[in-house]
Amino acid sequence: MVAVHSRLDRLASRTLGGHLLLALGAAVLLLLLSTQIGAYDNYNLTAVAIFAVAAAGLNLLTGLNGQLSLGHGALMAIGAYTASLLLKDHELPVVLVLLLSVLSTGLIGIVFGYAAARLRGPYLAGATLTLAVALPQVATRYKSIFGGESGLTVPPTTPPAWLGPDFPPERWLAWIAVAAAVVTFVLLANLLRSSAGRAFRAVRDNEAAAALAGIDVARTQVLAFVISAACAGLAGALFAYWSGVTAPAGFGVTLSLQLVTAIVIGGLGSLAGAVWGSLVLVFVPSLTSGMASTLNVPSAIANNLPLAIYGGILVIAMLVAPHGIQGTLTRILTIGRARWGHTPAGGQKGVVDWDDPASDP
Amino acid sequence: MTEPVAPTLDVDGLVVRFGGVVALDGVTLRIEPGEVVGIIGPNGAGKTTLFNAICGFVRPDSGRINYRGEPLLGTAPHRLARLGIARTLQGLGLWPGLTVQENVVASSRVRPGLFSSLLALPSADRIEAELASKAHDILDRLGIGSYASAFPATLPYGVQKRVIIARALMAVPSLLLLDEPASGLSARDIDELAELIKQLRTRMSVAVVEHHLDFVMAISDRVTVLNLGRVIASGTPKEIQDNPQVATAYLGENVATPEASSDA
Ligand SMILES: Nc1ncnc2c1ncn2[C@@H]1O[C@H](COP(=O)(O)OP(=O)(O)O)[C@@H](O)[C@H]1O
Ligand SMILES: [Mg+2]
Repeated sequence: MVAVHSRLDRLASRTLGGHLLLALGAAVLLLLLSTQIGAYDNYNLTAVAIFAVAAAGLNLLTGLNGQLSLGHGALMAIGAYTASLLLKDHELPVVLVLLLSVLSTGLIGIVFGYAAARLRGPYLAGATLTLAVALPQVATRYKSIFGGESGLTVPPTTPPAWLGPDFPPERWLAWIAVAAAVVTFVLLANLLRSSAGRAFRAVRDNEAAAALAGIDVARTQVLAFVISAACAGLAGALFAYWSGVTAPAGFGVTLSLQLVTAIVIGGLGSLAGAVWGSLVLVFVPSLTSGMASTLNVPSAIANNLPLAIYGGILVIAMLVAPHGIQGTLTRILTIGRARWGHTPAGGQKGVVDWDDPASDP
Repeated sequence: MTEPVAPTLDVDGLVVRFGGVVALDGVTLRIEPGEVVGIIGPNGAGKTTLFNAICGFVRPDSGRINYRGEPLLGTAPHRLARLGIARTLQGLGLWPGLTVQENVVASSRVRPGLFSSLLALPSADRIEAELASKAHDILDRLGIGSYASAFPATLPYGVQKRVIIARALMAVPSLLLLDEPASGLSARDIDELAELIKQLRTRMSVAVVEHHLDFVMAISDRVTVLNLGRVIASGTPKEIQDNPQVATAYLGENVATPEASSDA
């Protein structure tokens, strides 16, 4: 008992320290990596960081709070258009553009969040899907502001002078995206370890019991939606820099579904799962296009190959790894630990995942 | 000489209808500070509905509910914990995705603020550590401290039922509403639960809905009998046991089938 006690206390008092150390390690590693790889791989690294931010936000909402959103691509669009509109006539520092995009998407997220908190299950999925379909239409309709189908061009970020004249802009963008992702993950990790994280999961698991425990169910759901939207907004703004153009076609239903795929494959409800999922999102298409060109298949097939492969992976993931990549890793680790006799008191920690439907009593 | 203390709970003339069904038909119930009140009655009598009305989950058609002298009707369910009312749900109602420890900590009335949690400020860490140790004290006291890091579904039913009590106690309630806390428990677990409730009464009022009559009679100061939404008897356990009306309406039938299956 004493051992459990001291371990818990030690963990709790080291929350920030632990998360920062981990984050710093990851950041340094990724920045070093970015100096060793070419422009194309830096481009991919940026994409992974962007999707990881969006998927982490979606995982908080869907995996941890139980609100399925099929419209997160639309929330990314709000961030992307905010950034693009800000950059239309002004040269603004990246940090400011990112913060303002987070703010605008978060504010709009409050409105959507209140609506979402009244909806459950399939109704929520339907409503968010409608959002995914309808929002890009707004950009098409108000052409003078949002640039219609062809969208708004986004000027690239130029590396600061102190990095030298030959510093590649792709690497600079990768640094920005990695830094943004690391900050996001540290904040989310802090939050999920705290009472807010417990409230998200309690509301997901049993709303009546949550209310009786003093948790305001509607407020908790709105909060989850707002935080999730803010992440999508940040990802959207980074996406705008990354693609150089913000157009409705970039934020279709496919993007929303890709994000859902990412968290299911990566592992519902875990931050690490969002990273695994975004790695799959970014590297499966480049893998398949490589395959398509070596196999010499017609372009009509090659273009749809990534989608078909996502579908295939999703089905396989559901069958062999229903807890996603992260859930499977955790399980392997737990089994390993149990075998080597390091099981914590209680013995069953981590063996049953919260997202295991069978664990529902 | 001293002011009369307001009853912890004062329910008067409560009526709840679901369409054509009259679930509660003018129910009156008083619980004094430090009192344990047993509520018995056959399935469908309206016991859970009475708790639901107190907790704001269903809106009564008429009647009055006062808590410590203040009207309670219209209070949102999530505000009850702060007022000092804790309730366990019939069945389990644990959060399967939270460890035992988290289940208990999440029910605390004290919580670190959102901002300090987001930045993991030392103040948030300090509160989290205090909550963790408080949860451990409660779990230890209930004899389930060693299960703190386990997930509920991996545990025996008897342990899960204790976690539910632990969760309710974490909120330090003045009024504890227990809906069938003994259902599914072994005889030994029921004895221990009875012992626990007797200890709790020094610090809070308790209302217990239960089918196990020996248990109810052993722990209650007073017992209220519901049948078809009406209070058909109310008194000390002795008075209830001797009441012929109760015996015909409920006791006789229940003694014949002591394991009356609990409704979901
Ligand atoms: N939400 C509801 N909607 C419709 N009828 C309900 C609802 N809750 C309870 N009832 C009905 O009210 C009556 C009392 O039920 P309940 O309070 O659950 O009984 P008990 O807990 O004493 O077994 C039953 O006839 C039940 O079917
Ligand atoms: Mg009942």
